[in-house]
Amino acid sequence: MSPILHRTPADLVNLGERPEHSPESPLSVHAMTVAYHRKPVLWDVDYDAPPNRLVAIVGPNGAGKSTLIKACLDLLPRASGQVEFWGEAYRRVRTRVGYVPQRESVDWDFPVSALDVVCMGRYRRLGWCRPVTRAHREAALRCLGQVGLREVADRQISRLSGGQQQRVFLARALAQEAELYLMDEPFAGVDAATERAIVEVLRRMKSDGRTVIAVHHDLQTVPEYFDDVILLNMRVVAAGPVGEVFTRENLQKTYGGRLTPLAEAAEAVARAAFEGR
Amino acid sequence: MGPEMSAHVLASGDVPTLAEVLDTLLLRAGFNTGLVVVGTTLLGLAAGVVGVFVTLRKRALVTDALAHATLPGIAIAFLIAGGLGLAGRTLPLLLAGAAVSAILGVVCIGLILRHSRLREDAAIGIVLSVFFGAGVVALSWIQANAATGSAGLATFIYGQAATIRPSDLVVLAGLAIVAVLAAILFLKEFALVCFDESFARVLGWRVGAIDLAMTTLVVLVVVAGLQAVGVILVVSMLIVPAVAARFWTDRFGTMTIVAGMVGAVSGYLGSVLSALLPRQPAGAVIVLAAGAVLLASLLFAPSRGVLARAWRRLSLDLRIAGDHLLEVAHERGVGALPAAQIDRIAREHAWSVRVRRMLPLSLRRRGLAEGGGGGGLSITAAGRDRGARVARNHVLWAEYLVRHADVAPNHVDWSVDQVEHVLSEEIVRELEAALAERGGAPVESTS
Amino acid sequence: MLAVIEFDVGLDLFPMLAATLAAVVCGLLGNFLLLQRQALMGDAIGHSVLPGLVIAFLLAGTRSPLAMFVGAAVAGMATVLLVELVKRFGRVEPGAAMGVVFSVMFALGVLLIEQAAARQVDLDADCVLYGQLETLVWFGAPENLDGLLRWSTLTAVPRQVLVLASMLLAAGIFTILLFKELRLSAFDPGFATSQGFAARGLGLALMVLVAAATVASFEAVGSILVIAMLVCPAATARLLTDRLASQILVSVAVAVATGVVGYLAATAVPAFFGRDSVNAAGSMTLVAGGLVALAIVASPNHGVVTQVLRRRRLAARVATDDLLAALHRAAEQGLDRLACERLTKMLPKRSISGAVDRAIRSGLVERKRGVVRLTATGRIAAAAIVDRHRSWERYLVEEAGFAPDHVHDPAERLEHLSGTTPDR
Repeated sequence: MSPILHRTPADLVNLGERPEHSPESPLSVHAMTVAYHRKPVLWDVDYDAPPNRLVAIVGPNGAGKSTLIKACLDLLPRASGQVEFWGEAYRRVRTRVGYVPQRESVDWDFPVSALDVVCMGRYRRLGWCRPVTRAHREAALRCLGQVGLREVADRQISRLSGGQQQRVFLARALAQEAELYLMDEPFAGVDAATERAIVEVLRRMKSDGRTVIAVHHDLQTVPEYFDDVILLNMRVVAAGPVGEVFTRENLQKTYGGRLTPLAEAAEAVARAAFEGR
Repeated sequence: MGPEMSAHVLASGDVPTLAEVLDTLLLRAGFNTGLVVVGTTLLGLAAGVVGVFVTLRKRALVTDALAHATLPGIAIAFLIAGGLGLAGRTLPLLLAGAAVSAILGVVCIGLILRHSRLREDAAIGIVLSVFFGAGVVALSWIQANAATGSAGLATFIYGQAATIRPSDLVVLAGLAIVAVLAAILFLKEFALVCFDESFARVLGWRVGAIDLAMTTLVVLVVVAGLQAVGVILVVSMLIVPAVAARFWTDRFGTMTIVAGMVGAVSGYLGSVLSALLPRQPAGAVIVLAAGAVLLASLLFAPSRGVLARAWRRLSLDLRIAGDHLLEVAHERGVGALPAAQIDRIAREHAWSVRVRRMLPLSLRRRGLAEGGGGGGLSITAAGRDRGARVARNHVLWAEYLVRHADVAPNHVDWSVDQVEHVLSEEIVRELEAALAERGGAPVESTS
Repeated sequence: MLAVIEFDVGLDLFPMLAATLAAVVCGLLGNFLLLQRQALMGDAIGHSVLPGLVIAFLLAGTRSPLAMFVGAAVAGMATVLLVELVKRFGRVEPGAAMGVVFSVMFALGVLLIEQAAARQVDLDADCVLYGQLETLVWFGAPENLDGLLRWSTLTAVPRQVLVLASMLLAAGIFTILLFKELRLSAFDPGFATSQGFAARGLGLALMVLVAAATVASFEAVGSILVIAMLVCPAATARLLTDRLASQILVSVAVAVATGVVGYLAATAVPAFFGRDSVNAAGSMTLVAGGLVALAIVASPNHGVVTQVLRRRRLAARVATDDLLAALHRAAEQGLDRLACERLTKMLPKRSISGAVDRAIRSGLVERKRGVVRLTATGRIAAAAIVDRHRSWERYLVEEAGFAPDHVHDPAERLEHLSGTTPDR
């Protein structure tokens, strides 16, 4: 990592006042910068998630959508900035935060059944070295039932269709019984029927009082599926209720070329950090 | 390698008698042989269990490098022991040296990956060959300069099970117990880290610590196996049982049990065989025993095996071909098909010769047709029902594809041929419901 | 040290030649394996051809290269088939499938060798690893160079050396003729195939050559050196250059150096300590590994040392920029000089004194009694820096939509690192 990105230089002009984050907000991101191989992919992101909403993260390829989620969950190192969940550090509220990774992130030939995967969502509750008990298995089965996959519980995961695999991940998240869910492209590569099923699950989660923040690719379905939207392109272009924020102008800002100098600068930063000039 | 590769029951190269075979199998062929057999069996058990984690964590080749990297450690430990005035071949010291340089090898792989742009394959190849080369240089240094007690040092390359002593057996037994206990205690932790590392992190687990535990187990097994199986082949004691076990099960826990058993059985058989037959290096025989289990699994495993798959493939082909035939009969409203017509259908759908030959038998056996005159078939009532249902599925599916899946109509027939025959009842019902529910109205594109 | 290098034509010429030829053949072919991320293929082939070699030897009764090659080819094909089957049906990762098959094949080879050694004296498991360089000794070698430059020398060249030389010729022709195809198919196999250069075919041809090189090298130098040479010289060259053509040339040079130095060191280094010589194949492997390590640490473009230096230079430049900017801003507020203590409050302590010293040396600032002020040139430079910073800030607020109170940090990074102003 370059010394530059580690550095928090003393202020020469004005150090931005740290805004107060409300403890009700399930997720507060402040001044977060993340770099991949020294190339900044997220610049100075600020965001407060409203409670009990379905939030879509939307943006072009390479906008840092997955990075945002992973950096919030400490899966990627942050170059700077803070992330808080309900006003607390992530490690203190892990059980209250669920995660659905991208489907491609795991090896689907792995020797486990759909039920085994869902049981993984209970591990945090189980603790170290304890085997999965019947009660937990039944809880996992109920979660599988909620996504409509009870019948395939014993099937090895490679023998599930892509949509079913995605739903297994969703069921695993349900089994975590978290209050906030971060999902990385839950709709990627699923057929229309699965998509509807997943939306149903998300709505049920919302009516149970939970919050869902999901990376989403399909702009057309954003207003239908989600309450809030984060328009992301290396930084938060706009965030808020879909009705207010999801405008043509904001989308143009997100997807249009007005941020090109920023992207080029990021390249230059990566190069400079590498070559040192 | 000299001919003293293993603890022979027999003095010469004769074929063993039945009594000798039995004695060896039942551990009655003398204390030393029994010791070797028990030792390699325990080693096989431990290696099989630990190997499951290695294979599923995709560390098979790293482990190979780790095993090769033990050689310089052994040699240098020997030199140090000599320098300290200890007897050259003090086993604990040699094995400690082996463990240290194995870990050093793994660290080197990490360093190369982190500080250069070389990829993992190159890093593994470099560490494996250079460490082994260093070991060879050190061994030849020791031998050329005739250090006392160095004679047996080279046996670590190919292993020599006969050198197992009672004190070693205690170590091997302890190791097997540790490996099995660790597998039982941490099964769910190891499984999750192997399957989905980032999820494990989200749960708050220290993935690094779990990885370290797995690597420690691997180093223990490798070091314990050096004596019996040798630097080069010890990695296969770890990974061959695991890969063989993968053929028999789809569950992590079961796979661990099966791999442990495969490992134990091959350790047992290998050492028994090498005790009975002359000039059979135990290490190679143990690995070959495991390899034989692997080959048998590859061929005969019930759902994954080559034969089972070939059989399933053939029966699927036969079912598809039979369905075609029944569908044709249904569409033409005929109750019998002469041989010539079946041949024509076979040509149109490019059935293999075997399918064409076996089809009448398969239809007769399923009660869908009866033998007509001259190689023809007459369709039974059940066959007519089936033909009707296949034809209906065909229409259903074609309809679905045209209306809802954005498939150009002229492609429909082709894909129907492929898919229709594998539709389950459940999907057929789903299709019917979907069609009825939407009343055939086009659905807006969601892309 | 040089004094202990002994070179006896009869004892050393052909062994060294064989070892160097083997190193160069493998080093040359290794370039393409490395690019295709198949560096371990050498390991796999080196292990798995063993049973084929032994069976061929037992059947043919000789070590004729042709019989050996046929045996190795059969074993190689069996390996490829088995790896494919295990991968496809066993659902395990390619590495495990490969490791499983080649180690079992090697075990079979070891077993066969033990069996064969009962009948044949000149075959044992150790020579598989180390080769038998000592069998290449030239009895009745001439004493001096004149004696060497005679026609009769050619007839004295051992078979192993001739086989290796022709192997090198074949590998060289292959590389030169198919250079562009190999490069394309290593870089983008799909595109290569779509352009009519069947990547699979080329890959197969490469494997055949690697297998042939393995067999040719086996007898003389053994499998350790083969495996090392298929990876190390190419890896060293990869760290030193960025072009495939120069990578290949460098790797050949590295291989030659490895062969010669490694061979000589096997005798010279122990002799220096007054000991007997060590295994030459092992010593060459060590030299090869040492060169890789050297390249990792000291490669001019990608080495660890260079990277550390670059990072430090960059940090120094940033610190100087920060210092100038701080002085400039102070001047704007009417303070044309700042006490060093104030500076340490405004800037990271660690970098500040070095930055002041450097700036004084370049004539950008001057220091008198613990107070620092900009010189005339320093004022111009500082103005440019602050200007750049502000135009980035403006860009971030107006175009990228940053909140005005949030732009300082990002602008700082951009201004230092991109070295440009945003053009709009």
